[in-house]
Amino acid sequence: MRLLLALAIVATLVAPAAADDRKWLPLAKDGIHDPANPALRLKQEPAEALSKLPPDTAGNLVNWVRALESGAIAPRTNILPETNVRVRDDEIIVSKFGSMPAVVFPHRPHTLWLDCSNCHEKLFVSKAGANRFSMQKILDGEQCGVCHGAVAFPLTECNRCHSLPNEVLLRRMRK
Amino acid sequence: MRRICALGLLVVACALLAPHAASRAEYGDVVLNRRSDGEGVRPVIFPHWFHRIRFRCKVCHFELGFEMRAGANDVTMDDIANGKFCGMCHDGKTAWGADRCDLCHAGKPGQPSRIVGGAQTSGPGRW
Repeated sequence: MRLLLALAIVATLVAPAAADDRKWLPLAKDGIHDPANPALRLKQEPAEALSKLPPDTAGNLVNWVRALESGAIAPRTNILPETNVRVRDDEIIVSKFGSMPAVVFPHRPHTLWLDCSNCHEKLFVSKAGANRFSMQKILDGEQCGVCHGAVAFPLTECNRCHSLPNEVLLRRMRK
Repeated sequence: MRRICALGLLVVACALLAPHAASRAEYGDVVLNRRSDGEGVRPVIFPHWFHRIRFRCKVCHFELGFEMRAGANDVTMDDIANGKFCGMCHDGKTAWGADRCDLCHAGKPGQPSRIVGGAQTSGPGRW
């Protein structure tokens, strides 16, 4: 009996980690596609494509940056041959010494997907410290919220942006 | 002992039967209905997940000039037929052409243009 109990507990602990239990709704049942459309069966189902990509716990349940960096997907950078494809590697630290950990903004994953002009100079000026960020605006779909909450990981993932404890930042600045 | 066993089994049952995410369209799906309802065709469903496997954001939002705001782009079928916006790829060679209406115009009629996910949350900004 005790063995059974131990087995039950082990099964509970191991099961969620071992199996990929991600689920995607079929197009005909997602609430926005018209199930009466005969062409619907010709379209790729989300589960078919997304189940093969690195997992995440929010959004499409896919870690899109990891998918790109690992080579699981190889999306084209440009269609026009004359386009200058720009990638930038530095990190900007913003929102320092507030009630939340500071925000580390990594240029690399952002510029792998986007062009500089998608954010500069309309959403943000190109000068560290010159932008006033507001969670209110972000939650309203402005600033970072243009993408985060719509196509990039959602705003419930606080610690993925607010990732640098202020004590660590302070120690770094003193050095 | 029996009570502990029952508790253990209950925990296992809960883990197995845990409800999955509530019924909703895929994150980043865009409904485009500036004109569709008026023209008597289904609204367009644009799936970001499908396109970003093949193209980076910058291809459409920089090279092709799509504004990053659902409903902000005034795209006509004329534009598409002339190789602009969606027509850059949906030309019948790179991807299916504009003659395959139902593949893009696949939404339930009567829906407003929006992004599923959404650009706005129901968080404090809306209270």
